[in-house]
Amino acid sequence: MPKIIVEVMPKADLLDPQGKAVKNALHRSGNAQNKDITAVRIGKRIELHFDRAVTDADLENARKVGESFLSNAVIEDVVAVTVEN
Amino acid sequence: MKIGVVTFPGTLDDRDAQRAVRLAGATPVPLWHADADLKKVDAVVLPGGFSYGDYLRCGAIAAQAPVTQEIVRAAGKGLPVLGICNGFQVLVESHLLPGGLIRNEHQHFICRDQKLQVENIDTAWTNQFELGQEITIPLKNGEGGYIADEETLKRLEGENLITFRYLEVNPNGSMNNIAGLRNERGNVVGLMPHPEHAVEAGFGPDTNAAMRSGVDGLKFFTSVINSLVNA
Repeated sequence: MPKIIVEVMPKADLLDPQGKAVKNALHRSGNAQNKDITAVRIGKRIELHFDRAVTDADLENARKVGESFLSNAVIEDVVAVTVEN
Repeated sequence: MKIGVVTFPGTLDDRDAQRAVRLAGATPVPLWHADADLKKVDAVVLPGGFSYGDYLRCGAIAAQAPVTQEIVRAAGKGLPVLGICNGFQVLVESHLLPGGLIRNEHQHFICRDQKLQVENIDTAWTNQFELGQEITIPLKNGEGGYIADEETLKRLEGENLITFRYLEVNPNGSMNNIAGLRNERGNVVGLMPHPEHAVEAGFGPDTNAAMRSGVDGLKFFTSVINSLVNA
């Protein structure tokens, strides 16, 4: 199925409480390998599905709604908008 | 005097807000999220709750609702709008107020009677307070940490747009202790704490005088009535 994938992350300089809680849980888990994980950050992957091939106009529109609605520029960044046809 | 109270799917405090409007002496008018119709109200309250389950971001989907689009349009013409808690989040997501609200710094939901300082009384919703007055109203949120970039913060401070600040305790890590904001015109005010839960003796925060006797929230609603009468 053709789709556009929009990836949104919390801004790098903002505390990501979810990521912090997950990192702490990984460190507590007893798996020694996890100790080397220094940080976890959690963002969103949003898929926009189409029942036809994705066009350049779709991609441009996805970038636009990615900035205006799917993310909030005050707290988040759109880090990638990609097509999977 | 008719004051609209919006109900989105997931709104919780709409009936409390209606009650506050009634106790202040105005007539509450329920407004429905899907109707682009403000029913000729004189002011609007966006109440607290978890509109659309806080999906995507708190207030983000509500900001796109037909009723919100109408409110944004009317606010541009001077309609008084008060956003409480999730309503404040809707106001920042609709760009009626700047900045954003993120998860509390300590990662816990918080529920307490919160002391605030009134920082600005030149608004439709705060004109019955005294400048610098200390008030106590309930606060209950998980995502109430106010943030904005440095330039915005400087502007908020410089133009006296900060309307309420947290006193004694910063309960959620908000920058500059910001609890509430106004727009340039003063018709739009948003805050995280809940004035509608402190409007009737017996059901409000504790005071030195008696348990649950705090009614500091009522002045938000008498303020808007006053501003409409004198408009």
